Amino acid sequence: MTTIVILYFIVVVVGTGGEMCISRATKEIGEVHDFRPHAIARHVLAVVKVPWLWLGISMMAAAFFALMGMLSMANASLVFPATALNYAVGAIGGKFFLKERVTAQRWLGVTIVCVGVVLVVLGKG
Amino acid sequence: MSNQPARRLKTLVMMIIIVCSSPVGYTFVSKGMKQVGWQGWSLHSILHFFIQGFTNGTIWIGIGLLLAYFVAFLVVLSWADYSYVQPAASLSYLIVAILAKYFLHEVVTPLRWLGVIIICSGVFIVGRTHVRSFEDLAP
Repeated sequence: MTTIVILYFIVVVVGTGGEMCISRATKEIGEVHDFRPHAIARHVLAVVKVPWLWLGISMMAAAFFALMGMLSMANASLVFPATALNYAVGAIGGKFFLKERVTAQRWLGVTIVCVGVVLVVLGKG
Repeated sequence: MSNQPARRLKTLVMMIIIVCSSPVGYTFVSKGMKQVGWQGWSLHSILHFFIQGFTNGTIWIGIGLLLAYFVAFLVVLSWADYSYVQPAASLSYLIVAILAKYFLHEVVTPLRWLGVIIICSGVFIVGRTHVRSFEDLAP
């Protein structure tokens, strides 16, 4: 049980933090307009020079290994909905870390998602 | 802005890749990880866990699909807000539940299905907001 909780914390908090770091890195480079392979390659080469990307990738890798650990112990239909708690972390992080405007409608949607997550976790097989 | 329909279309295409590749990838990883099993926190156990995990073909199929998801996610975040992309990607939960039931043969209770449907309702509400919300603040 302790193992699951530790892995769960890494998946939700570290994983969401990593995604936000990657978002910050890609926004520093700017929008992708050209989808030809060489243009995408040039864009990727520009992004890999941003330190936020590597911090984000490290955090997401840690979260991925934690998720692999969770999946070795529990059902996928339980583990995935449980990790959806990152919607709350993501909305809060989007507002305060990335300075995005999170509307009331979006907060409502995120809240409903969280209610669904609770039911999924309670609905043990 | 003038190219908003084009941006919406490319966002839709990228979101379809994100929504489909991720749950199928994780289903493969889940199947592989059940074959490996958790072995504890000792250095030897963790090393054994990684060696077994990364020599498992099923897990590699899953990782390939997750890599496709990651690239699509990286690209879409260059123009869409994180707080838009992440909730929209939660449709993956419905696909994971279906795959868990029919491919991994897990028991998915009615309460769990209800939870998944509620998650999708929340996603629908989130999906009706603008792609790039902070442009709304521009004068």
